[in-house]
Amino acid sequence: MAKLLVYTEVSQGKLVSIGLEILSRAAQLGEAEAILLGSAPDDAVQTLGNYGAKTVYRCADPIFDQHLAAPAVKVIEDLISQQKPDAVLFGTTYAGRDIASALSARLDSGALTDVGELEIEDGSFVATIPALGASYQNTATITNAGTKLMLVRPKAFEARAVGGSARVEDVPAPSGADLQRVLVTNSVVEKAEGPQLEEANVVVSGGRGLKSAEHFQMVRDLAELMGGAVGATRAIVDAGWVPYSLQVGQTGKSVKPSIYIALGISGAIQHLAGMKGSNTIIAVNTDPDAPIFKNADFGVVGDVFKVVPQLIEEIKKRKGSA
Amino acid sequence: MARHLLTRPVEWLFVNIAVCAKCVPISAVTIEIDPTTKRVKREGVSHELDPAAASAVEEALRLVEAHGGEVTVVTMGMPNAVDEIRKALAMGAERGVLISDPALAGSDTLGTAKALAAAIKKGQYDMVICATESTDTYSGLVPGQLAELLGVAALTFAKKVKVEGSKAVVRRQTDFGYQVVEAELPVLITVSSGINEPRYPSLKGIMGAKRKEIATYSAADVGLSPDQVGESGAREKVLTVGKPPTRAQGTVVTDEGDGGVKIADFLASLKVL
Ligand SMILES: Cc1cc2nc3c(=O)[nH]c(=O)nc-3n(C[C@H](O)[C@H](O)[C@H](O)COP(=O)(O)OP(=O)(O)OC[C@H]3O[C@@H](n4cnc5c(N)ncnc54)[C@H](O)[C@@H]3O)c2cc1C
Ligand SMILES: Nc1ncnc2c1ncn2[C@@H]1O[C@H](COP(=O)(O)O)[C@@H](O)[C@H]1O
Repeated sequence: MAKLLVYTEVSQGKLVSIGLEILSRAAQLGEAEAILLGSAPDDAVQTLGNYGAKTVYRCADPIFDQHLAAPAVKVIEDLISQQKPDAVLFGTTYAGRDIASALSARLDSGALTDVGELEIEDGSFVATIPALGASYQNTATITNAGTKLMLVRPKAFEARAVGGSARVEDVPAPSGADLQRVLVTNSVVEKAEGPQLEEANVVVSGGRGLKSAEHFQMVRDLAELMGGAVGATRAIVDAGWVPYSLQVGQTGKSVKPSIYIALGISGAIQHLAGMKGSNTIIAVNTDPDAPIFKNADFGVVGDVFKVVPQLIEEIKKRKGSA
Repeated sequence: MARHLLTRPVEWLFVNIAVCAKCVPISAVTIEIDPTTKRVKREGVSHELDPAAASAVEEALRLVEAHGGEVTVVTMGMPNAVDEIRKALAMGAERGVLISDPALAGSDTLGTAKALAAAIKKGQYDMVICATESTDTYSGLVPGQLAELLGVAALTFAKKVKVEGSKAVVRRQTDFGYQVVEAELPVLITVSSGINEPRYPSLKGIMGAKRKEIATYSAADVGLSPDQVGESGAREKVLTVGKPPTRAQGTVVTDEGDGGVKIADFLASLKVL
């Protein structure tokens, strides 16, 4: 049976959901094991077991919180040489990318990124990867011998609790001056209001069609009214209207809400890559040829400054009379 | 790869920076994958300096303007990538390095990183700057591989870069906000999109760029063997090239003063209102 190690990240005191998503898939493909480094919630091991990990390699040393990548790279390198897993899987996250890319060079092993589906065929991994902003869907594999490294897209797999429990294997803390070269001196949380983007049932996103930062309030108002989260395109994140944590797309968050409402968004492939999986997509754009309409279940060719205030009034009215 | 800053006389306190800049198909063209080679089509496609790399060049120029030093642009690409190197030279970079060889075609991310590392090791730099990902293939893996091959620390996803004494200090984008991270030079830094607004080359810059030196290396020149780079050295293999399933076409209406009401009706039909 294939042995798959999953790097399960902790952020803001919580296991990040992508780790559980990958673990769930790994448990279907073979024997799944988790790597848990640095500070973690008390019930982390229990949770990882519940999502399919048979073993959790655990090291709670603060070195992982104080320094970027290098300590984790060392621990995983050692685990690979001892355990000889068939694959180590990461999320396509900041830490995942930093660690996997360094390991790839150190082990002289290929690494696949943005994996959307994963199968084992005749003993080799076949990954489906949306390429060029999801305008292609290719399959790829890693040809070198030994452990394969892969980074998985957020929301590619569903996190499924299977009710198992994991055995903990303590891993010694890594040491060496070169592991401490990058020092984290400060961590700042930019507070986001409302439900979390990745978990919300409704996402209302705004783009450059809103014309300026203050008009983004319209997006917030609609989202609040619908109990949803707010999202944004890279264009307005780069322009500094909203923080990066709101960016939806290939280089931002992947969302799969029941309803996605795109306001003044053209629908560039890189944006679509992060929201195409939504159940129902609604779009408002002045340009009838905007690509977003090809992906919308319901589209209104119109001005956000007219359509959205009317929609907000209408929802208030209907809610009031309900 | 670098002279350590502290070992230099004080008046030498400047940073020499290598910027890894990729040449990509221009954003206006639809990038295509050639079904036979399973690679991005580059022959006969108009190309440009990757806009993400232009930001990396800009950040490097601002650092040398503040601290002194020189910017070198390093590109692995087809021979016509000299046009992109010239563009970076016109922005203000001092010299260019092009690694170009048919033997490099079909390199995977690690092969690319090996070629860049080999070329960078020929020079002496205090800092390497990359973009977090390239605009055409965006693996986002090359910089991390490169840092490892060079044996330097990587400060990734920078939204702000400063040099303070012998240290690089970076504001690093995170999921929840940002971190401040620092390391002693030499380092590799990746810059996020939107970190700056790249300058346009001035006429003087464009004229001056014509006289600047561009070194061109083959794979052998930088000591790379075929089992390390190109298709034969690749550890990643594309098996099939296909198209994703498309969404069924929905309803699109034109606003006639009742667009908001129509959306409310649609939401009601989904039983969410
Ligand atoms: C490597 C790479 C990664 C990227 N990653 C991402 C990513 O993760 N997420 C992302 O979003 N983008 C990403 N991009 C950028 C992407 O290509 C687009 O540039 C971006 O999504 C465009 O944002 P936009 O739709 O807000 O702006 P625009 O493309 O400028 O669209 C604005 C739209 O608003 C409409 N409009 C104007 N006025 C009005 C009005 N009054 N009412 C209604 N509509 C109006 C216009 O018709 C237009 O369609 C990436 C690009 C690259 C190269
Ligand atoms: N062929 C190349 N030439 C120069 N730099 C490159 C090349 N490929 C990748 N890079 C660098 O690595 C970054 C990330 O690229 P990628 O891993 O392809 O997303 C790019 O923005 C460049 O800084």
